[in-house]
Amino acid sequence: MSARVVPLIAAAATLVATATALAPMMARAQAGRTLSAPSAFAGIRDPAARSAAMFTEAGKVLQHPRCLNCHPDGDRPTQGDGYPHQPAVQRGADGLGVTTMRCATCHQAANFDAGHVPGNPKWQLAPVAMAWQKRTLGQICEQVKDPARNGGHSLAEIVEHMAKDELVGWAWTPGVGREPAPGTQAAFGSLVKAWADSGAACPTR
Amino acid sequence: MANLRINGAARTVAADDDIPLLWVLREQLQMTGTKYGCGIAQCGACTVHIDGRAARACVTPAAVLQGREVVTIEGVSGDVARAVQETWRRLDVAQCGYCQSGQIMSAIALLSEIRRPSDADIDAAMTGNVCRCATYVRIRAAIHEAATTLGA
Repeated sequence: MSARVVPLIAAAATLVATATALAPMMARAQAGRTLSAPSAFAGIRDPAARSAAMFTEAGKVLQHPRCLNCHPDGDRPTQGDGYPHQPAVQRGADGLGVTTMRCATCHQAANFDAGHVPGNPKWQLAPVAMAWQKRTLGQICEQVKDPARNGGHSLAEIVEHMAKDELVGWAWTPGVGREPAPGTQAAFGSLVKAWADSGAACPTR
Repeated sequence: MANLRINGAARTVAADDDIPLLWVLREQLQMTGTKYGCGIAQCGACTVHIDGRAARACVTPAAVLQGREVVTIEGVSGDVARAVQETWRRLDVAQCGYCQSGQIMSAIALLSEIRRPSDADIDAAMTGNVCRCATYVRIRAAIHEAATTLGA
């Protein structure tokens, strides 16, 4: 073997080793962008554990920045990966901002990619009672089920909202520069429905 | 193509849907009182009024202009506008002046909605209008004084 070939083999081996080391990380990143179907949880025998596992899977969406950013536990939303909204807008009495700093001061009924501003006809903050930031997934689950904190909705209405609402759907078409929520709204909706149909058990944490 | 009113006059604007109102004003209509600062709704220099409310012209696409009523710094009028203009002059608010068109349009929108704003009201309303000369103290004082002038 010539002296010239040996370094080449070493370089190739290094590349293979690096790719092998990166593969699990890339697989995990990919898993974060997809949603498992309800059937993937059929192997869990305990019904409550199966139901909670499906909510945990749906939680990839609920706790994604596209959803969390406008479910703040205070008066100011976050943006991007979760940093404070710029400029420093406030919730206001109706969840649509105050005086000169209304959501519609900048946000239109559709994304405006040239200005990097997202938009939707229903653009607004979730009410304080529906805050998800700084909550565990188990706490979010209890909150989503509780009519006193979910806008007085039945579970069936919650399923319908998650599966069909256009502002929820925006999370999968968020415009340039923003990562979409994992999976699709249809896949998310089927998970939430399967969770509700199986007793709507919540994760313990 | 959009038919709208700008400063009270009927206008027909031919622009692609994703052309911002700010470009229409400054490039097509040569109305350069409204300033370009950042282009991404972070600074407030391009603030105008659309249907009576403050809006950022840099992120308002031509696609949504049909039938809207746009007022710019060149055309804003009425008691509140007059009071703001006078107090701005009296307190010598502007320094370099670049942001002031946007500051004034936001101040007018605020006073049109809340005639006697608190410091907190002013801070919440003006937080989206950045001033690199940091004239914020004079801006707040001028808004209070304009409110007094208006007899609120």
